[in-house]
Amino acid sequence: MRHWWWKVLCVLLLVYTAVVGLQTPLGPGLVHVDPARVDTGLVEIQLTGYATHFASCTSGNHVWFEKAGIAVCQPDIKAISDNTILVKVSPVHSTSPGMWSIVVDNATDGPLRLADAVYINSDGIAMTAAPCGMMTDNSSPSSFGPQFPNRSILNETIRNLFFHVPMWFSMIVLMGIAFVYSIMHLRSGSLDHDLAASIAVNVSLLFGALGIITGSIWARATWGGWWTSDTKLNGSALTLLMYLAYVILRGSVPDAHKRGRLAAVYNIFAFMLMLVFIMVLPRLTDSLHPGNGGNPAFSQYDLDDSLRAVFYPACAGWILLGIWAYNLRLRYGRLNALLDENESH
Amino acid sequence: MRPAEISSLLALELRLDMRQRHALGGLLLYVVSAVYVCYLAVQKLVDVPVWNALFWIILLFAAFNALSRSFMREDGGRQLYLYTLVDPRSVILARTLYNALVMVVLSFLSLGFYILFLGGDALAKAEVGQFLLVTLLGGVGFAAVLTLISALAARAGNGLGLMAILGFPVVLPMLLTLMRASRNAIDGLPWEMNDKYVLWLLAIDALTVALAWLLYPYLWRD
Repeated sequence: MRHWWWKVLCVLLLVYTAVVGLQTPLGPGLVHVDPARVDTGLVEIQLTGYATHFASCTSGNHVWFEKAGIAVCQPDIKAISDNTILVKVSPVHSTSPGMWSIVVDNATDGPLRLADAVYINSDGIAMTAAPCGMMTDNSSPSSFGPQFPNRSILNETIRNLFFHVPMWFSMIVLMGIAFVYSIMHLRSGSLDHDLAASIAVNVSLLFGALGIITGSIWARATWGGWWTSDTKLNGSALTLLMYLAYVILRGSVPDAHKRGRLAAVYNIFAFMLMLVFIMVLPRLTDSLHPGNGGNPAFSQYDLDDSLRAVFYPACAGWILLGIWAYNLRLRYGRLNALLDENESH
Repeated sequence: MRPAEISSLLALELRLDMRQRHALGGLLLYVVSAVYVCYLAVQKLVDVPVWNALFWIILLFAAFNALSRSFMREDGGRQLYLYTLVDPRSVILARTLYNALVMVVLSFLSLGFYILFLGGDALAKAEVGQFLLVTLLGGVGFAAVLTLISALAARAGNGLGLMAILGFPVVLPMLLTLMRASRNAIDGLPWEMNDKYVLWLLAIDALTVALAWLLYPYLWRD
């Protein structure tokens, strides 16, 4: 139990990540509005929620439209089911055409907001600010146990946070290990250090590939494309190219000591330039990716406590798994090296 | 590592290249052919982003072609001879300097041919001084990044192929910064918009030269 406690910890953390990360229900949220444009006359629009309780909430719903600090109540509403609600947009006075946000409020779900949900062309309808019964944040939502926040666009895919993001952390940690061993190899000339560096690179490539795959699936679900020309995506692709080049460089030098030196030199050079790239690139272009170009980063306000409670253990778990895989591969590599040595004698 | 050593190594490089002028001529011909192929493909280019991107791509390939030569002529005997005479750090610094020189000349020649064939309409609104500065930094930057890679590829005994594989990913931060800076210069943006890119370029140059200086002695031993 003394020296393998961290493997137990790794398994526990990953089981926790998988179970809690996939089982925790998503909080209520508005996902869809149809039609999303209101031109003339009395129009009925349908709001679709997810994990909401429109019909079963006994105290009733309140719906209002918001724009630039103005709130316009919509009294004529009908909850069809727990997830759908019909709103007759009443003729009200409006100052200018534009995008309005929609808020649905009830005692069970709390106020749910869909930002810039509907375009109202005020040429056709005049909006008058009708008095609304309860427009303040009246209700503390009575949620049952922990819930993940229901962000628009992300919705259920928010769980990928515990799988996609830690892949990159694991990859960077392993690349850091490879970098340190490369420096040690140049100083010592020991083939064991070279072996450690090359194995760390191999395992980090695995995590990089997993990061690309999970990211690609996530991008398809949220942005609508398997690959977008995005700084973070290009950065990660480039990092993988660098390290694949490292593997090819190793393959093309037969002599072990020379291979070790050349590979170590390239690894140090590439790692430093990768750091530069990570610093430079976000400053050159905007990005769809959280944390860039005006997009909210998860750490700013998206990452609430329920996510944090899984995200941090997930990161620790995946990093430990990376180190574990690296450890196994290294021991296997050392045994192979020993075997070669014995055969040659 | 003494300045005298570096300058005599520089003189040696220059003399060797003067003795083999066909190599330098080959570089020039490569650039001219590349520009001419682009000319045949697109005739006249007015679109600024494409003009800019094509120019840097031509220059990038010219740089790979020019710099892959840098360590190729080192056979075992000469390597050993140099090894007994000078500090390896002088060698890499002299090579980087010489390559930077070659690349700057090559960059401006390419720019000349490029404008001659594909038209300079894209430069109509440009801050010419800024654009020339970025071109100069581009030449120096490619030399700084790729000299060590060229040494690596040569030592691995696998010429241009390995050089391209190893070089492309590491040269990309530089290339993207260059493209953005030259794009800004072509669009005629004021210097305040562009100075940070120039600083980044200088920082990357300094970092890569420092890394080459640190790492080359390990490549040099056999």
